Amino acid sequence: MDSDLSSQDRKDLDKFIKFFALKTVQIIVQARLGEKISTCSSSSPTGSDWFNLAIKDIPEVTHEAKKALAGQLPGIGRSMCVEISLKTSEGDSMELETWCLEMNEKCDKDIKVSYTVYNRLSLLLKSLLAITRVTPAYKLSRKQGHDYVILYRIYFGDVQLTGLGEGFQSVRVGVVGTPIGTITLSCAYRTNLALMSSRQFERTGPIMGIIIDHFVERPFTNMAHMHPCSYRTPGEDEGGTYAGIEDSQEVCTTSFSTSPPSQMVVPGKEGGVPQVPAQPNHGTAAEHGRIPSFPNGQSPLPAQPTSCSSEVKTVFCDALETTFTRKVGAFVNKATTQVTTTSLDLPFAAFAPRANDLEVNDPMVHPPPSPAPSSPLQGSLHSNSSSHSGGQPQDDFVMVDFKPAFSKDDLLPMDLGTFYREFQNPPQLASLSIDVSAQSMAEDLDSLPEKLAIYEKNIDEFDAFVDTLQ
Amino acid sequence: MNCRSEVLEVSVEGRQVEEAMLAVLHTILLHRSTGKFHYKKEGTYSIGTVGTQDVDCDFIDFTFVRVSADELDRVIRKAVAEFKDALGNSGSDGMGQISLEFYQKKKSRWPFSDECIPWEVWSIKVNVVNLANEQERQICREKVGEKLGEKVINIVEVINRHDYLPKMPTQSEVDNVFDTSLKDVQPYLYKITYQITDSLGTSVSTTMRRLIKDTLAL
Repeated sequence: MDSDLSSQDRKDLDKFIKFFALKTVQIIVQARLGEKISTCSSSSPTGSDWFNLAIKDIPEVTHEAKKALAGQLPGIGRSMCVEISLKTSEGDSMELETWCLEMNEKCDKDIKVSYTVYNRLSLLLKSLLAITRVTPAYKLSRKQGHDYVILYRIYFGDVQLTGLGEGFQSVRVGVVGTPIGTITLSCAYRTNLALMSSRQFERTGPIMGIIIDHFVERPFTNMAHMHPCSYRTPGEDEGGTYAGIEDSQEVCTTSFSTSPPSQMVVPGKEGGVPQVPAQPNHGTAAEHGRIPSFPNGQSPLPAQPTSCSSEVKTVFCDALETTFTRKVGAFVNKATTQVTTTSLDLPFAAFAPRANDLEVNDPMVHPPPSPAPSSPLQGSLHSNSSSHSGGQPQDDFVMVDFKPAFSKDDLLPMDLGTFYREFQNPPQLASLSIDVSAQSMAEDLDSLPEKLAIYEKNIDEFDAFVDTLQ
Repeated sequence: MNCRSEVLEVSVEGRQVEEAMLAVLHTILLHRSTGKFHYKKEGTYSIGTVGTQDVDCDFIDFTFVRVSADELDRVIRKAVAEFKDALGNSGSDGMGQISLEFYQKKKSRWPFSDECIPWEVWSIKVNVVNLANEQERQICREKVGEKLGEKVINIVEVINRHDYLPKMPTQSEVDNVFDTSLKDVQPYLYKITYQITDSLGTSVSTTMRRLIKDTLAL
C-alpha cells in the first residue's frame, strides 16, 4: 500500500533504489578487477557522490547494469543479480558467486525515506565493500592474469544458483526496510572448486614458506582494459551487436590476460598450450603440420604422437627394417650399422638425441619446407652417408631433410616422400574450424554485417535461385 | 539506554596481532564513520564524501577496507601498536583484549564533568600463539585470514541489525555525538582501551590506558 507514501517520497525512494543498484554493481565488479581499490574522502560534498561514498563509476559497468535493468527497478519478484565467474585460458569456465539484490514484501511504513533509508543504504554499501573482500572469489580475482580471468554478468529476474555447484554457501550482507518492501543484499558463493584442483591453479596459490607479495605491480591495472560482453581476444574493438540481455551465455570481461606469445592460441584453435590435446583425432594430422608455426618454435612438444602419425611411423619402421638389413639405410650412422629397427621405437631414432627430445628433429613433426621435387632427393641419396655420419644430432636442433630411404626420383612422379609430405600437411577442413573456439564465433559475428550487406546486394540472385527450386 | 556489547575472539601469531586488530577496528570504524557535516541555515546539513581503501596484510592472507582518512589510520595504528607492545611485554603466552567503545557525551552542569555514555562496545579478545616452524606459520596465515573473514561477516551482521544509533545532532550538539577533529571523516565518538591478562586468565596487570579522542574532557 503506497497510500502513506507521498509522491515525492516515492520518487526519492525509486531514485535511491536505482542508484543503490548501480552502485552495488560497481562495488562488486570493481572488487573483482584484481587490483586494490582506493578512493579519496572529500570533506566538501560535491553533490554527485551517492550515499556519501566515493565509489567510482566505470562507464561500461554502468552501461551493462542499465542494460540489464532495462528501465525497471529491482522489486518484489524482480531481483538484480551479478554473477561472477572464472574463465581459464583453455576456455573452461566456472561460476564462483552470485550477488543478489532482492526485495520482499515486508514493508516498514514508518521509516523516513529521505533520511533513514538513505543512510541505511549507505551503510549497506559499506558492508558490501567489506564483504566483497572476504568471499573466496576475492583472492582468486587478485591472482587473475595469465591462467584465468574473472568475468561478470548482470541479469534481472529470477535468481539462478544452480551453477554454483553443490554445497554453496550464502552470506547476507544486509537488509534495509523501506515503505514499499525490504531490500536484501546477499551473496551465494561456490565452495566446491573442483575444477581448480585439476588444472594448474595450485601454483597460483600460496607457496610454502614464501610470503605472498600483495604489492607486486599488476600488469593490467588500467581500467580501460575492461571489455563488456566480449568473447574476443584482447585488443579487438568492441562493436557489433550482442545477443539479447537474457542470454545466459553472455558474460562481460572485467579484465583479461594477454598471454605471452608462447601461450598464444593459434587462431581458430583452442588449447594453444598443448597440455591437453583439444583437437579431435582427425584434426591432429593438421596439428602436426601447424605446430612449427608457433612463434617460439616450442620444443619440446609434449607427447603427441597420435594414432595417425604412429601408424605412419610403424609403416616406416617396417620399410626401414628391410632397408637396414639389405643395405646401409639413408640415415644409419656408419658406425652403428647393426642398429635395427627392432630396437628402435621410431625410425631415424639413431639420430635422435639421447635425451627423449625426439620431436625436436623428428622430421615427422617438423617437416622441412617442401624441397624441389627431384634434385635434393637424388643428391641426398648419394651423399647421405657422408652428410649424416658426422651430423648425428645430439644436442643441437638440426633440420633433417626428409629422404625416404628407398625412393628414387625417376620412378613415379608421386614418390613416397611427396606423398608423405602431402599427407603430413593437409589443409585444415573448413568445416572443422568453425566452432572450435568462441573466438572464431566472435569473428563470425563480426563479419555478419558485411555478409549481410553482400547478401542484400545479391538479393535478386537469391530470389531467382529460389524460383528455380519451386 | 542499554549499551550493546559485542565480543570477538581471535587466535593469532605474534606478528599477526597488529594487522588482525587493524582489520577488525577499521572494519567497525568504516561503518561507524560518516562524511564531515556541513551545517547550513535552517538546521539542515550536508554530508561530505567518505573514500575507502583496500589494505593488504603482510602476515595474513587477508585484505580489509578502511576509510580513506590518514589521521584516523594513524590514531588506530598507534593504539594497536601500544596494545601489541603490552602483549609482548606481558609474557610469552599473552592473552589480551582491546575494546572499541562508541559513546555519547552528555553535558552536565558545572562542576560535574561531562558524562560519557557508551552505546556500543566491541571487545576483541586476542590469544597469541607461538608456532614452531614455517609450515605452521603458512597454515596460520590462511587460517587467520579465514577467521578474520568470519569476524567481518559477524561485524556486518551486527551493524545491519540497525539497532540504536544516536540521533543526528544539531550543530551545537554535534561534538557530543561525533568526533569532529579529523578533516576527512567524522566517526562517532569513540575510545580504545585494552587489557592484558596473563596465562592464568586473571587480570594481574590491568593496564588501563585511555586514549580519549575528545579533548574537551575535564
